[in-house]
Amino acid sequence: MELLSGGEMLIRALHDEGVELLFGYPGGAALHIYDAIFNQDKVEHILVRHEQAATHAADGYARATGRPGVVLVTSGPGATNAITGIATAFMDSIPMVVISGQVDSSLIGSDAFQETDMVGISRPIVKHSFMVQSAEDIPIIVKKAFYIATTGRPGPVVIDVPKDVTDPARKFEYRYPESVKMRSYSVPSKGHTGQIRKAVEILLSAKRPVIYAGGGVIQGNASDLLTRMARILGYPVTNTLMGLGAFPAPDKQFVGMLGMHGTYEANMAMHGSDVVLGIGVRFDDRVTNAVSKFCPGAKILHVDIDPASISKTVSADVPIVGSVTSVLEEMIELIRQSETQIDKKSLDMWWQQIEGWRAKDCLKVTDAGNDVIKPQQAVQAVYEATKGEAYVSSDVGQHQMFAAQYYHFNKPRRWINSGGLGTMGFGFPAAMGVQLAFPDAISVCITGEGSIQMCIQELATCLQYGLPVKIVCLNNQSLGMVKQWQDMQYGGRYSHSTYAESLPDFVKLVEAYGHVGIRVTKLSELSQKMEEAFALKNRLVFVDVYVDPSEHVYPMAIKGGSMKDMYLSKTERT
Amino acid sequence: MRHIISILLENEPGALSRVVGLFSQRHYNIESLTVAPTEDRTLSRLTITTIGDDRKIEQITKHLNKLIDVVKLVDLTEGAHIERELMLVKVKAAGAQRAEIKRTTDIFRGQIVDVTSTVYSIQLTGTSDKLDSFLDAIGNSSVLEVARTGVTGISRGEKVLSL
Repeated sequence: MELLSGGEMLIRALHDEGVELLFGYPGGAALHIYDAIFNQDKVEHILVRHEQAATHAADGYARATGRPGVVLVTSGPGATNAITGIATAFMDSIPMVVISGQVDSSLIGSDAFQETDMVGISRPIVKHSFMVQSAEDIPIIVKKAFYIATTGRPGPVVIDVPKDVTDPARKFEYRYPESVKMRSYSVPSKGHTGQIRKAVEILLSAKRPVIYAGGGVIQGNASDLLTRMARILGYPVTNTLMGLGAFPAPDKQFVGMLGMHGTYEANMAMHGSDVVLGIGVRFDDRVTNAVSKFCPGAKILHVDIDPASISKTVSADVPIVGSVTSVLEEMIELIRQSETQIDKKSLDMWWQQIEGWRAKDCLKVTDAGNDVIKPQQAVQAVYEATKGEAYVSSDVGQHQMFAAQYYHFNKPRRWINSGGLGTMGFGFPAAMGVQLAFPDAISVCITGEGSIQMCIQELATCLQYGLPVKIVCLNNQSLGMVKQWQDMQYGGRYSHSTYAESLPDFVKLVEAYGHVGIRVTKLSELSQKMEEAFALKNRLVFVDVYVDPSEHVYPMAIKGGSMKDMYLSKTERT
Repeated sequence: MRHIISILLENEPGALSRVVGLFSQRHYNIESLTVAPTEDRTLSRLTITTIGDDRKIEQITKHLNKLIDVVKLVDLTEGAHIERELMLVKVKAAGAQRAEIKRTTDIFRGQIVDVTSTVYSIQLTGTSDKLDSFLDAIGNSSVLEVARTGVTGISRGEKVLSL
């Protein structure tokens, strides 16, 4: 049996848990832990430039790999800076473990220097949290933290560690537990077979079915199963913003993303359906529009691992609680066994109707003229330059929606965005996390000139670790989505959404950080410059693309309507 | 509708705040809350009365069950159950009022547990309705102070909430 200090135990336990990377920032209360990091070489620590970026980087790493992201911050401001990233991970159910330093146990509650109640502050945005009372508890707490973060519906777990607990002078016997069992935490696995059977029969008897798949399919590594089932059935598939890549976008059964900025065909199909199979989705308000008008003729079959997601907004006719993998496996088997035949004639008619909607070509891009670049064209250029093989992260706003609409995700875990919380500043650090996980892959952050400035300090981190992230900034010189809403709902009064005269010269800025900057202002130069940028494989390149500032994202759901109520352009609506 | 939810909770620091926090975070209502350790010192029993339609109550119980520190819970109002609340109430009791208050206390099977020349302190146990009725009977003008524990409860018959 080895004798280790609390700080050493923490790092050793991370290693024993299989952690390779740790994103963090040191400070007083975490210094014993940082000393333990210095004295080992098993867990690599990445020094970010702001704790928010540490959480987003760990989050990006987790989304791309499926493994938990790990963060280490100090007490007080270190901990509070991590909050936005923890909330982001919580809303999108991303497995993450955040270790925060805390002041000495004896000082807790005394308003000590850099003291904050991290367990209290993070409580509503974590799956669970721990305050370490004694160093001997560290192995079991770390084990439990990873178990909770990664099982069931995943989420962030905070471990708050008072400094005295990590004291290098006090050593304890260390043994990492092989397994953990908690009487108060059980993970649902298989769904109820009777319910699954019922769902399969309804699904097979459907005349106008839609498969509506979300982030749960990606988190549950069930994309292959989903694709297999969809192909057996021949039914149309739509993905949520969080689910893009769960079903291959180029497939003819894919009708595109649904929801607020979903395709015309996806939203029309949802509204006109008679059976909706929701898998790993939560009937979010950005999908359903007015719940009372949602899919009026449809029976709702809902599969999710979280019972609280079922019938939260839309009542499910057949609720199934279970892991998407096990439920889909069982469904496929039952579909094979069932004597109910798919109504081919109705399905053909349904597809004809969908093809009619698809023919509207709602995402068609027409040139703006005068060599002006449309933001959609910039995303298309990224797609072409990367041959659809990149990991694409995004920030939040118009560029996020354009990326979701125009980068056709063929595989799961390639689309990394803050769907639930909608966190500006997420994309760039997340792209760093992706690049660290897959050094040889293309990691590109599609962003805007607003969002990128919320975590731009990470340019320094990328230089330090040689991360050749590509940043494509759709620069419309304004907070595009805010401005779009102001155009549509506030009579074009641009209250605090423009700042063209005070934008930095991004090319010079990234050069000052030691990277490469490319400015693109003409459509005729777009593809060539984009190719140039992606050809610089070992450098971080910032492509500042000046785009048409007047462009809006369409389709767009009409507030208070049903899913078929959409604006299709500035002048056309359904 | 009013529901009484009984919860077995890990007796850990911060566990109670997770339950209470859930209610405020999701805009659920807490009418009353009682909590104390059980015969098993590692567990607390917590009883919450709350108001909501079936859909809301379903969400409340689902979200409570998701809390890692919640071991088990039951909505007592789903079946036959016993609910009790204890109240200590201080009332003005001078002159002719004294006999009247004593009589009312007897009718409600309460006990006068402290006496001064002008004040009675009365202890009363029962359902929340019964305690409300007692206060009505005494009359607002006589009541000086009220301390109620909040509801606790247990199901009738052989059903138990335990591990």
